[in-house]
Amino acid sequence: MEKIFGRSKGLSDVPFSFCPGCTHGTIMRLIAEVLEELDIIEDTIGVSPVGCAGFSQEFFSCDFIGAAHGRAQAAGIGIKRALPDRIVFTYQGDGDIAAIGTQHAIHAAARGEKITSIMVNNAIFGMTGGQMAPTTLEGMKTTTSPYGKDVSVSGYPIDLPRLIANLDGAVYVAAVSVDSPKNINQAKKAIKKAFQVQKAGLGFAFVSVLSTCPTNWGVSPVESLQWLRDNMMPVYQMGELKVTEEVKSL
Amino acid sequence: MEKVLLKGNEVIGEAAIRSGCRLFFGYPITPSTEIVEYLSAQFPKVGGTVLQAEDEIGAINMCYGAACTGSRVMTASSSPGVSLKQEGISFSAAVGLPMVIVNVNRCGPGLGGLGPAQSDYYQSTRGGGHGDYRTIVLAPSKAQELYDYTMLAFDLADKHRLPVLLHTDGFLGQTMEPVVLKERPEAPETDRSWVVDGAKGRKKRILASYSLTNEIGEANNLRWEAKYKHIQETEQRWEEFHTEDAEYLLVSFGTTARICKSTVLNARKKGIKLGLIRPITLWPFPNDAFVPYKDKVKGIVSVELSMGQMIEDVKLAVECKMPVELYRRQGGMLPTEHEILTFVENTFNLSAVEEV
Repeated sequence: MEKIFGRSKGLSDVPFSFCPGCTHGTIMRLIAEVLEELDIIEDTIGVSPVGCAGFSQEFFSCDFIGAAHGRAQAAGIGIKRALPDRIVFTYQGDGDIAAIGTQHAIHAAARGEKITSIMVNNAIFGMTGGQMAPTTLEGMKTTTSPYGKDVSVSGYPIDLPRLIANLDGAVYVAAVSVDSPKNINQAKKAIKKAFQVQKAGLGFAFVSVLSTCPTNWGVSPVESLQWLRDNMMPVYQMGELKVTEEVKSL
Repeated sequence: MEKVLLKGNEVIGEAAIRSGCRLFFGYPITPSTEIVEYLSAQFPKVGGTVLQAEDEIGAINMCYGAACTGSRVMTASSSPGVSLKQEGISFSAAVGLPMVIVNVNRCGPGLGGLGPAQSDYYQSTRGGGHGDYRTIVLAPSKAQELYDYTMLAFDLADKHRLPVLLHTDGFLGQTMEPVVLKERPEAPETDRSWVVDGAKGRKKRILASYSLTNEIGEANNLRWEAKYKHIQETEQRWEEFHTEDAEYLLVSFGTTARICKSTVLNARKKGIKLGLIRPITLWPFPNDAFVPYKDKVKGIVSVELSMGQMIEDVKLAVECKMPVELYRRQGGMLPTEHEILTFVENTFNLSAVEEV
């Protein structure tokens, strides 16, 4: 019998340890498939952040380094500048890349750093137990906004892909979701494109993936997918936000 | 060998190039800026990369990433900038990454001023960031040493797998002096089995510092402690100046050590048996240098550009067996050789000694 589905070679044999209903595993699987399909597993060095996304260093089969909170892109740029022919990607949560590490995201894009950054946006700090992030939605209850996020105090949700898309060095920017089979397929296409961009040396590639956090949102795994659709998708601009002519012709 | 006239900061840049360093990540700050400027002009000629980062934090974390690939890498800054780098230095120490960090020390606290200072001594010699770690700290006192110690810094970083700090100051950085551009010494073969450069034909590697359990955490700490102990036993460096018959000792490093040499010569003319111990490694502190003098010397003066920081290490080194006093200037001011001698004479009541 022909085997038609199995573990991606881009993943290690360490089983995922995420909470039930968390979509980190889905997103990592997509990246792993892309690494395998592009035949770049052995050329790739991943950079993990601090937070739930930090476990990524265990789950992929490629080399990895663990960076300080928010510094994954700076560390990744150091690798890429040292070894320009390798593929470097960062895998970061919104609390990492859109809060403490925002300056590196902006300047990596402005300089057109030839790395790929994947942001996993679940609108909350997951690892530390559900605190407000800059991506937290208006009115959303977290442990540091127990009465709901008051934008007059804490500000508006930051839509990082929209910001990044405005910078000339960013050549491919997409915002996707993994809440449905259709969207998972689209997310994979975007992730693949973001790695192809780096392979071709075109510039900075950025993909934001909306993700769930049932544990800290206080909803069931199934409800969390609908919660994401109802609450996050209207706030965050979705789709391919920027595709330069060079990227289109890839 | 070529002899050239260069500014102190440029000397560091040239030594980095000749040490085989081809990656520099930095951010401009006075009085260190000539290092990034010099390399921005010179690196492209040898295929090197200078990246002016968005901030000091970015620069040190770029060093972190580059060092993970086993590449020689350097950053340079001045005191407030080095404060910002501390998180990255802690992470680099934890992962065991070789890199060279230059601190062209300026006076503080806060924004402070641009004048020379040694007030980052504690920060440099006690790790500087969070957690229990050390970096080797080298303290040059003239242009030739800026050159030689920069080369040494790269080799020590590779040998022991840790960040090495070059502790200089604005006076050394801005002074033009002749320097012999020596060839790079034969670097010892170093273990590269930890390097992350893509898992081609081998198992994947992870370079990270998170310890999942307290047991793993303690095992890591014990491993690092053993490494630091080994460095303390094998890498102490110092210079002695007229110490053999000394009844009194000055202890000073960097710029002030240079001034102290004049003080020693002037004292000797007056018949005062004064000597100088100049720590070259601030960490590990050269405790061994003091062993022969512990029971011999009547008194010590630590000459510093700070409120008195190194003096604690001097007292520990001599086990408080004799009076250890402090002579210091601060805020960017330098002492003259004469005021140091006057202090020695007054402190130890030596003014009665006849001129010879």
